[in-house]
Amino acid sequence: MTSRYQAPFAPDGSAPIDRALAEKLLGVALAQGGDYADLFFEYAVNGSYGYDEGLLKSAGRYVTMGLGVRVMLGDATGYAYVESLEWDALTHAARTASQIARGGKSVAPVSLESRALPTRYPVVQPSLDVEGLTKRALLERADKAARAADARIVKVSASLNEELREILVATSAGHFAWDSQPLVRFGVSVIAEVNGKRQSGSSGGGGRTGMEYLETHTPEAHAAEAVRQAIAMLDAREAPAGELEVVLAPGDSGILLHEAVGHGLEADFNRKKTSNYADAIGQQVASELCTVVDDGSLLSGRGTINVDDEGETPTSATLIERGRLVGYMQDQHSAKFFGVRPTGNGRRESFRSHPMPRMTNTLLLNGESDPEEIVRSVKRGVYARKFGGGQVDITNGDFVFSLTEGYLIEDGRITAPLKGVNLIGNGPDVMRKVTMLGNDMAVSDGIWTCGKDGQSVPVGVGCPTVKISAVTVGGTELGG
Amino acid sequence: MTQSKQQGRSDELLRLGDEIVARALEGGASVAEASVREGEHLSVKVRLGKPELVEEAGSRAVGLRVMVGQQVAVSYTSDLTEAGRARLVEDALELAQLSEPDPFAGGPEPALLSREADWPVLDTYDPEMGTLTADRALELAIRAEKAALDYDPRIINSEGASISRAVGGSALVTSGGFRGYSDGTYVSLVVNPLTEDADGKKRRGYHWAARRFLSELDDEVEVGREAARRTLRKLGAKKIESAEMPVIFDPDAGRAILGLVASCVNGGSIWRKSSYLVDRLGTAVASPLVTIVDDPLINRAPGSRRFDGEGLASRRNVVVAAGQLETYLLDSYAGRKLGMSSTASASRGSSGGVGIGTTNFVLQPGQETHDELLARTPRGLYVTEMMGFGFNAVTGDFSRGASGFLIEDGALGHAVSEVTISLNLDQLLQRIDGVANDLDLRTSVASPSFRVSAMTIAGR
Repeated sequence: MTSRYQAPFAPDGSAPIDRALAEKLLGVALAQGGDYADLFFEYAVNGSYGYDEGLLKSAGRYVTMGLGVRVMLGDATGYAYVESLEWDALTHAARTASQIARGGKSVAPVSLESRALPTRYPVVQPSLDVEGLTKRALLERADKAARAADARIVKVSASLNEELREILVATSAGHFAWDSQPLVRFGVSVIAEVNGKRQSGSSGGGGRTGMEYLETHTPEAHAAEAVRQAIAMLDAREAPAGELEVVLAPGDSGILLHEAVGHGLEADFNRKKTSNYADAIGQQVASELCTVVDDGSLLSGRGTINVDDEGETPTSATLIERGRLVGYMQDQHSAKFFGVRPTGNGRRESFRSHPMPRMTNTLLLNGESDPEEIVRSVKRGVYARKFGGGQVDITNGDFVFSLTEGYLIEDGRITAPLKGVNLIGNGPDVMRKVTMLGNDMAVSDGIWTCGKDGQSVPVGVGCPTVKISAVTVGGTELGG
Repeated sequence: MTQSKQQGRSDELLRLGDEIVARALEGGASVAEASVREGEHLSVKVRLGKPELVEEAGSRAVGLRVMVGQQVAVSYTSDLTEAGRARLVEDALELAQLSEPDPFAGGPEPALLSREADWPVLDTYDPEMGTLTADRALELAIRAEKAALDYDPRIINSEGASISRAVGGSALVTSGGFRGYSDGTYVSLVVNPLTEDADGKKRRGYHWAARRFLSELDDEVEVGREAARRTLRKLGAKKIESAEMPVIFDPDAGRAILGLVASCVNGGSIWRKSSYLVDRLGTAVASPLVTIVDDPLINRAPGSRRFDGEGLASRRNVVVAAGQLETYLLDSYAGRKLGMSSTASASRGSSGGVGIGTTNFVLQPGQETHDELLARTPRGLYVTEMMGFGFNAVTGDFSRGASGFLIEDGALGHAVSEVTISLNLDQLLQRIDGVANDLDLRTSVASPSFRVSAMTIAGR
């Protein structure tokens, strides 16, 4: 952490929290009883820079700091948070959370132990240390490049968002873990106009890295991609309506996987038997081509973490192996219910929220087909290249996701661009209809944010080229 | 909270605002605006009759916008220690040096700022809200969920019932001479039962209620029963054949459509040219049955407020009158960009920045009842929920996942799921041929049921 922004609870901060203090505070949290308690200290610094109409118009810096205290008794959770680190405020939060267990017996003192964490996001140039003028120059480069690329580009905006999240987790299971989580996201969006017809295009990326990200993924490259998309979509025609063969491009299409199976495999829904995958461990839930992992260890990935918000370190966990369901994503609470080890998927948006099982980087692994051969095999269908987002009903797996760049496939060739359209289907159904899988797995450049129960966390997705034999395409052209 | 405690809080927040503004001016800002927020909230959730979550917290934070000449920056902190407050001011001033002079930047004309005497009484604060303790909220939630579980043996599981209440106050102090405080309360209850088709496919439904005043919240048992009814009627939902047919949006689904309209009349989208409604002022953008008003002056309504995010007096804006687009929603910046006046639609985000937002953005109810609307639809789709993000504001292209019911002979038939509905929003609004009178102001963007004469349904 840079000296300018220092977590007050850091060892050399203004209100340091060491093991002894954390143990004492956990003691207050468990004074009325309870099976488990944890403390989550957080100090997050965010920066945003917005470049619009050739000017850096907005610049912002946001600091949030606080402690969340959780006490559990059976399936019941007491939660409280404070934004002050004064001892009275901390103990007030611990006592408030402890109410859930009132009337119980005080629990034996907790003994904390810190251990070494992996280093999954080495940073060369911490973004908060880099001068504002350097950041402004990067945004300006994107703006210039987009304008120069095509005379039909009428609006360009570019943005840079940076975050450094310093966390300290102490749990009655004995964890005492520090982590410092950087996050950078760069984005360009453009509007192209010709004869009164307008279309937008965008490109973005980043991850848990520093400003060096922009050396390998240059502002010019993002600008060119945004322009390419807007120009291509100017000629977009109405999309067909009905069930069609669909080919997903590698990378961003992993969002389909995230919606179609990811959420349903979060353990809390399965513990409560509200997911369509409840009691399905060991069953064939997807085509044999499909192996799905949730990998929190990908170097510098947007969803990567050294430690989750309950003190556990995730690895690459296999969820589906050759179509067979082998495991769920667990937080501490659900792991206890299932009698398994937590998988390091206990994540929360901030100290203001309690953790839940959440995805990190969810990937569909490679198959063996040549991507070109996959497209050639489709007589009439849709090629899905870019997505705006998706949503799922976890109780039955019904999902939608919206295509922002798609093309018609006719006689094995990618042809006309299609207007923005939704794909809709059922997760388990679509996963069984995966009939070809490419050998070109790619991880999406870091842009995705996942929402669950009102909490947002950064995630990664990835997949190779995928052919699905039938998905409902929500266009307007009937009989298309 | 008692009157005097409320007064004490407003004084304290205003004083903190004064201090931050003074520091920023001392540091060289030509304009400084501080918003100080404080809130307390309680959320409880029960599942299968047992408490699952009790969450209680209070929070306070400051957002600051400064201008140095026409260079603008914002900062925010929840670290209100002396060091944290100093950091807040220093960050904003430093970032203002980095941003580039924007000829349109600036606060509102001082003459337009509202004063206490201008502010209407909107009754947004329920002094009784604090009487809803965690124990009492748990009791209500347990009763609501039980009413759903007991309603019918086919309700086999539950995602629980939740109650949240929030009490919040915020002070806005600007160097232009505005000094104001406003506060509000809000309580909501939601029940989520589950049922299962014969083949084991799970169906989730819900019902919810929300009000600013605790005593006005719908009866919890009735909310639970309605949640059960709504869940059961989803049994056996299936895809239908792709077709073009009339679509009726129920108030929850209709609200989502209204939200899209709100994003397209936002002045920021207009000057950025990222709305299909650019250059459409004074033209027909919807059927003559459509009148949309953004009204911050409704007593006890969720989006009501006394002044906007820049301190201008709240005013009622008729956005669409009998189908014609009358105005965009503007703050003073967008107003200057477009050569128009602010509509007092500035919204100050918790992070200190100023954007444009809606207050109570409402499709005005029509004459017909909901049942009459249904009865004159021989065949169509009745949409209760939509999924996904399929909307392109630049072109108006709209395509979203939908579920609801097939309308047959003027009545609700079998449940429908896994279809998409598509139509450009411009055409969708033009094709509205019926607006019902079943408006309920539970949320700040609200709609009665309405019918669109034809949309494309993609299914089998």
